[in-house]
Amino acid sequence: MAAHVKTRMLVGGKAEGSVLRLAAPVSFWGGVSPETATIIQADHPDCGTCISGTVLMLPGMIGSSSSSAVLLELLYKNIAPAAIAMVDADAILALGAVVADEMGYPAMPMFLVPMDALQTGQYAKLAEDGTLSF
Amino acid sequence: MVSLNDTEKQLLTDETQPALVMAMRILVKTAEIIGAPSLISVSSAHIDGCLYHGDSGVYFAEKLRDLGGKVAVESTLNVGALDLIHPGLVRSAPHQTAMARRQMQAYLGLGCKASWTCAPYQAGHRPALGEDVAWGESNAVVFANSVLGARTNRYGDLLDICMALVGRAPYYGLHVSENRHARLEIDLSNIPAPLKQSESFFPVLGAWIGRTVGSDVPVITGLNGSITEDQLKALGAGSASTGAVGLFHIVGRTPEAGTLAQATGGSRNIESLTPSVQDFCMERDRLSHGVQGEINCVAVGSPHFSYPETRHLLGLLKGRKARVPFYVCTNRFVLTKLEDEQLLEPLKNAGVELVIDTCVAVAPILKGSSGVMMTNSAKFAHYGPGNTGYQSVFGSLEDCVESAITGHLARDEALWQHT
Repeated sequence: MAAHVKTRMLVGGKAEGSVLRLAAPVSFWGGVSPETATIIQADHPDCGTCISGTVLMLPGMIGSSSSSAVLLELLYKNIAPAAIAMVDADAILALGAVVADEMGYPAMPMFLVPMDALQTGQYAKLAEDGTLSF
Repeated sequence: MVSLNDTEKQLLTDETQPALVMAMRILVKTAEIIGAPSLISVSSAHIDGCLYHGDSGVYFAEKLRDLGGKVAVESTLNVGALDLIHPGLVRSAPHQTAMARRQMQAYLGLGCKASWTCAPYQAGHRPALGEDVAWGESNAVVFANSVLGARTNRYGDLLDICMALVGRAPYYGLHVSENRHARLEIDLSNIPAPLKQSESFFPVLGAWIGRTVGSDVPVITGLNGSITEDQLKALGAGSASTGAVGLFHIVGRTPEAGTLAQATGGSRNIESLTPSVQDFCMERDRLSHGVQGEINCVAVGSPHFSYPETRHLLGLLKGRKARVPFYVCTNRFVLTKLEDEQLLEPLKNAGVELVIDTCVAVAPILKGSSGVMMTNSAKFAHYGPGNTGYQSVFGSLEDCVESAITGHLARDEALWQHT
């Protein structure tokens, strides 16, 4: 059964993938490996999970101002999420995607949705106009 | 949409200055994402993007440099991933070492100063009260806002150099006067004076504040007596590690808090918290990870140790020699002063290893991959386990010295009794 949600796009593009909704916020710097795209923060509930290729739903913002550099590195290595969904605009993380686009690395869209719009395991498609379909 | 003036519009399209066009594009896109209505001129920048996290960061800086980019305002650099003064101290693989060096050189090529410090404010870079600046690195940001009264947000790596190149920042957040007013009070009048005046109280207070207020602007009351700049530095760094504090006020001490009314912008009904000694003991325990017994090293200087802190350390050592490695992370500014005062020899004789241009939390310096690191820094205590593999334990500088002499954890608990 198809459902559609209109999102607010922060960084443009289209994407699709399995939704991974993190159980807690994570700082990309110190919390996500720039080598393997897995969550490495030892006390994070999703520690060990790989975020590569997912539609990643972040349940909140924490963390270092170097998170932009870590996301850029994931995009450069082609191991980033397919898209990132968040509740509030995180300028630091979005910056990683903006710079990747400037550098000619694969683009990755980012968009805003309400907290409960996405659940782990759903398969989501994001269209360029910001419509999200399940 | 971000409203741009004519100069800014021209910067977006000036084909003779491709580095500025690229920087401006990144800046405008970011300003749109955060909803800033316009840009604002800044008079200086402090750049955190020079630390190596992977090859992409090197290519980004080199691209801006190769396109002819030069910073438009005074721009200091935060730490890199190498100690350029002591080659061999950082034990990175050859590729990482070469790329970290290229990244540091690219930022110098962009016209930034070779300051390599997270405490630029103690190395001659001190913007004035009310000045808009574009600073990165969480402790530098909170110090610039809170202690100097300059105005900056917590800017991310990669944007910092773009703002330095075009001399502009998005006008939002802590650049806006109303957003600088305190939203909650932290009342310390119930805390015993000896604890409040002790050196190790400030990093713990900072860590507690960060964990409690997140990214809000707090005002601290009931903290009397003289408070040194190094204590404010420790407080800010703690609050920006466990939380995302960008600005705090202390009534009677910081420049935008002559009175409580000034700090709150006249708002009378702000929430007030009254933490107890027990709350601070719990925070100190969180920073200490249950460590007992043997320690393998001491690391101090996050943020970078100042000259007065280094003198204080020498006084506490009293000519004794540490049994375990004792790392003091600091900058070239302090190193020169120590050289001038002929203090390098006494430090070396005491077993102190100076780490310059970088620090033990961002580069592989500690021996092996596990052990126990003692520190007087809330920031080292917080990031130590994740970044170094070492367990961390917090204590005062005096505790650190006494523990380093014997190799066993020794802490003066008297100040922290709460029953």
